[in-house]
Amino acid sequence: MEHFTKPSPVYKKFFTPGVFVLVILALNGLAFLAGRLIFGIGAVTNLNNQYPWGIWIGIDVAAGVALAAGGFTTAALSHVIHKEQYHDIIRPALLTAMLGYTFVALAVSIDIGRWYYIWHPLIMWNGNSALFEVGICVIMYLAVLYIEFLPVVTERFIGKVRMKGIFSILNKPLDAILRILDKGLSKTMFIFIILGVVLSTLHQSSLGTLMIIAGPKMHPLWQTPVLPLLFLLSAISVGYPMVIFESILASRSLGLKAEMNVLSELGRMVPPILGIYLAFKIGDMVIRGSFVYLTEFNTASVMFVIEVLFGVIVPLRMFLSEAVLKSKPLLFVASVLVIFGVLLNRINNFVVAYTPPYSYGPYFPSIGEISVTVGFISLLVLAYRFIVLNFPVMSLPDKSSVPQSKFAIRGTQK
Amino acid sequence: MEKQNRRSFLKTTALIGAAATGISTKSASAKPKNILSEDRMGVLVDTTVCIGCRNCEWACKTAHNIPTEDQIKYEDRSVFKQMRRPEPNAFTVVNEYPNPQNSALPTDVKIQCMHCDHPACVSACIVGAISKEENGSVIWDTKKCIGCRYCMVACPFQIPSFDYNKPMNPEIRKCDFCIERTKKGLLPACVKNCPVEALTYGPRNELIKEARERIKRYPDKYFNHIYGETEAGGTSWMYLANQDFSKLAFPSPGDKPMPGASESIQHGIFAYFVPPAFLYALLGGIMWITKKRNEPE
Repeated sequence: MEHFTKPSPVYKKFFTPGVFVLVILALNGLAFLAGRLIFGIGAVTNLNNQYPWGIWIGIDVAAGVALAAGGFTTAALSHVIHKEQYHDIIRPALLTAMLGYTFVALAVSIDIGRWYYIWHPLIMWNGNSALFEVGICVIMYLAVLYIEFLPVVTERFIGKVRMKGIFSILNKPLDAILRILDKGLSKTMFIFIILGVVLSTLHQSSLGTLMIIAGPKMHPLWQTPVLPLLFLLSAISVGYPMVIFESILASRSLGLKAEMNVLSELGRMVPPILGIYLAFKIGDMVIRGSFVYLTEFNTASVMFVIEVLFGVIVPLRMFLSEAVLKSKPLLFVASVLVIFGVLLNRINNFVVAYTPPYSYGPYFPSIGEISVTVGFISLLVLAYRFIVLNFPVMSLPDKSSVPQSKFAIRGTQK
Repeated sequence: MEKQNRRSFLKTTALIGAAATGISTKSASAKPKNILSEDRMGVLVDTTVCIGCRNCEWACKTAHNIPTEDQIKYEDRSVFKQMRRPEPNAFTVVNEYPNPQNSALPTDVKIQCMHCDHPACVSACIVGAISKEENGSVIWDTKKCIGCRYCMVACPFQIPSFDYNKPMNPEIRKCDFCIERTKKGLLPACVKNCPVEALTYGPRNELIKEARERIKRYPDKYFNHIYGETEAGGTSWMYLANQDFSKLAFPSPGDKPMPGASESIQHGIFAYFVPPAFLYALLGGIMWITKKRNEPE
């Protein structure tokens, strides 16, 4: 690998037909969101006193946090273990994590009844509550992610602050602030990187503790005291597949060449983690004897089998094959399966497994709930596209072919 | 006759108890919350006595300023055709079940918050808006609540309800054990208004003794179990019945306090921040070593 790459903005038009579709989906979601804010949660959701949590928690929050695990897993790989060859994927993974957690925070705010009290957990503590732990860690990790992303912003603007009119007097001081920020950050970044990894392991596992208190209200196929461990392991195992998925998708959408050699190496690390996750999941099932519920034929058992078979076992076998690792489409499919498995696992844990003792009928998400979830995902993709088109996130072949260090500052060089 | 005497005796002690707690909640307001008091109060619900008049429903609504129909309308027994659950505007409801001993006298069961000794909702609440008071009540603080509904997920009896159709300041609503009344030394509204004394208010320990006594005295009448004595680690509200409680739609949450597992995991992971700090140090060490190793190359 003799060519060198450098993060830089991708020069492409923002609008494409696909982008228009996303904009429409986003607007549709925002319309239902307005309905929720004006008329209350009951007006747009199928939630009720029997089913207090739906897909806004199961998908937007629980799955959202898990699928943003690419951020801390690649940070650990590249910055903590110093595997330098993965530098190119760090920024896209960081961006996904940052946007992912931003939308998790937004989704939580609109799901809670009193969105304007979202700051309450910061000053009103309950150390016994798993949700409090998740909340505090997510808030702190979100701050850490923004800090980790700051160098991308300083890199973009140092020497390029050119505001017009009366604002032009601010150009010099702003530039100075950015330079100080950049210098300070490059010296202290390691603190935040480690903090990010620690906070992630904490809240990824605490997310699993959440449903333990529901006790017998949760189907025994999923209710287990080792839920925190299973959540952590599944989050770690979905980290690299998520990065592979994004890289292939983004390179296709932006007309770049996917870095297959990096992605194959990344794929090689999936089987051990996914294998451990599977072992714990099966082991837990055997120890608790919950496999007896698989002999029943109902929604829970079918969903469990789909989750484990297509979300863990099939992709595990695929990632073990050299042919899959070398083939872009197959690697993509394998990654999508892992992502599907974790997504389904979170939906199963928070929605399917939840069986209240008194219910007037099963819960199924309303059009409004689905619209808002789809709208948020569309907004996230649009934000991702906007940022990679305007900020140095994606690694492109460097024409000057000079090796660049990570915090090299464009504009100050030469 | 003798039974009647004992009933009225209990009622008197209950009133004294109510007055005593009324004084003690005031003086103990500075004490930390959520500590189980030895003389916390409770209610014993004898479902074999209940006639399903639903006076308690009316009294509850009236005491909590919830709009309600005239008391006379509550005589309509057609509501028993379907099972009902507590709602934002009904903290207590009565359901009716067949009585295997006498089909002409169906069993009526009043349900409301059980006021657990180790409440899952209190443990779960992200902002600590729910608390177990010294007199046994589990109450909710509107100033703190963010409306996340985790208490509803946690509650083994599926009691807290939520105002889904209020865009601003929706509330978590449930029975508050008439804390405003008991503070003043009054009986809870439902207990006060029960015409057949199916509800007995008193210190929880006394109520258990009384319940045992009734079962011993009338072994044919009662199913030998006090629901709530040990369920979910014990509850302030307890029930007697003429049949197995599972036939009366009571859940089986087990005898361990609901928050036990999650709290021990939670505190195990944190343990005074030692594990997170250790992980931080470990990662820092790995980072430093691998960096050193990479540099000379």
